[in-house]
Amino acid sequence: MTAKPLTLAQKLIAKACGREVVNPSEIVIARVDLAMVHDSGGPRRVKPILDRLGRKVWDRARVVVITDHLVPAADDQSRAIQTLTRDWVASEGIDAFHDQMGICHVVLPEQGHLKPGMFVVGGDSHSPTGGAFGAYMFGIGATEMAGVLATGEIWLKVPETILIEWIGRLSEMVSAKDMMLRLCGELGLDGGKYQAVEYAGSAISALSMQERMTLANMTAELGGQVGLVAPDNITADYLHERGIDAGDTGQWRTDADAPVMARHTFDAGSLEPQVAAPHSPANAGPVGNYESIPVDVAYIGACTGAKLEDLRMAASVLRKGRLAPNVKLMVAPASRHDQKTAAEEGIMSVFENAGAEILPNACGICAGYGSSRLGENIRCISTTARNFRGRMGAASSSVYLASPYTVAASAIAGRIADPREFGGSM
Amino acid sequence: MVMSARIWKFGDDIDTDVLAPGRYMTAPIATLAAHCLENVRPEFAASVKQGDIVAAGANFGAGSSREQAVEALKYLGVVAIVAKSFAGIFYRNAINLGLPVLECAEADLLADGSMASLDIGSGKLQIAGHAEPVECTPIPDFLMAIIADGGLVTHLEKRFAGETAS
Repeated sequence: MTAKPLTLAQKLIAKACGREVVNPSEIVIARVDLAMVHDSGGPRRVKPILDRLGRKVWDRARVVVITDHLVPAADDQSRAIQTLTRDWVASEGIDAFHDQMGICHVVLPEQGHLKPGMFVVGGDSHSPTGGAFGAYMFGIGATEMAGVLATGEIWLKVPETILIEWIGRLSEMVSAKDMMLRLCGELGLDGGKYQAVEYAGSAISALSMQERMTLANMTAELGGQVGLVAPDNITADYLHERGIDAGDTGQWRTDADAPVMARHTFDAGSLEPQVAAPHSPANAGPVGNYESIPVDVAYIGACTGAKLEDLRMAASVLRKGRLAPNVKLMVAPASRHDQKTAAEEGIMSVFENAGAEILPNACGICAGYGSSRLGENIRCISTTARNFRGRMGAASSSVYLASPYTVAASAIAGRIADPREFGGSM
Repeated sequence: MVMSARIWKFGDDIDTDVLAPGRYMTAPIATLAAHCLENVRPEFAASVKQGDIVAAGANFGAGSSREQAVEALKYLGVVAIVAKSFAGIFYRNAINLGLPVLECAEADLLADGSMASLDIGSGKLQIAGHAEPVECTPIPDFLMAIIADGGLVTHLEKRFAGETAS
């Protein structure tokens, strides 16, 4: 008897349900291996609910708390939330507390909390980032998180899988961000239909873990529940560096003949740098369509755009020119750890020498927080994931999304620019 | 049948940043709600009345997991949202906060400003002046049970009380 062919998503959910097989569309109750919360949607909102239910967290070893949204605390309300967060962590006896270390989606794997086969929920919409590690990870709101913390379980409708295959190999100065902007443009913000999106193909296998994280992260913009990449040696190596045994990664892949809802194939080799114009990531097209547009601000930040590798990409371009007059460059490295490594590699000096303002390791203006929010009519090019109207500041401001290469090139040019103008490798 | 609900009609991809703008996220819900949807429809928060219905196109609630996007609409008196489709996290948040969300393939037929009456159980939306009701997809029983309890917290309170009793 041959086993029924299954998708990676089905295998991960079946494990969390303690079953051999789960079928698309059935509603199941899964046991949660790990729950991550941050300061904005975390203790401040779950504590009152847990108090009302008369419950503590179901397993303090399975809860990770990370402060990143209201960091650094800019006003009394934010300070009160940070204090509440620290007090709650202490009262619950939670050891995994990463306070002001960086953005949760980057810090979680960096601190070794993720591995293939896990079933994880995060109190943030970019939680699909964890799918880069072959974990079933998705975002939920605070009330639902309180339910998970009280019970250790969550319901879900077993998704279909949308398989997105990238064949060939990315050109120089083209990155995972460009892949995702292209997908948003092609499939739309609801192209993921709240199903499991799985990325595969030779161009995906060639991506580093942080690039896979960018890919999985922006599954949120595609409207998928999760964005999965089957774990492999690159995954195992990343985990090994953090002292974690990835286990048998070979079991976590979609069987060749498993039925999928849709399969889309894209050629990585012909992909050009992409830009998404205001006010939607789906407004994407090749950078050439936008090249005459002047910019006031270039922002290198966020979980999807300021990890170590993103900083390396931006610096490789900034080394080749000077910041245009009248352009303000802001860099908010995604984690303290990545900033430290970037400093050791000389990358932070590249930004400083270019006249960049270095901002804290936090969500910052990507989530509409902090004092650097965009003013009236400001035009910004940004490595972030979302450019909804008013998200990063004034409703009259406009945000163009692009890769770290393209944002750096635009900072030099003073207008949206193709990074390939600055050609050659780093 | 009393048609007491005014329909407020929006387009596709209404996102959580316009529903609950980031800059007001640390403020009390009354303040946040006053800015709900102001970037796409400035008069909405001040004009919407208790019992009204929000209708929209595809992917309503795209973006963030912030459930204040649901909370703000509830606070302003919205009793149901009818849309072609919903973003996944928003949909879950609405159920968890006890706000009925109904998918409706015919959402294009709903005109802004029309008066209507919604039967949440059957998903039938009767619009004043229409002969036939617009059919929405009924909410699955599993989720209706949470809404019927007023949201997940009360639902869990009942469950825990049951566990203690048994």
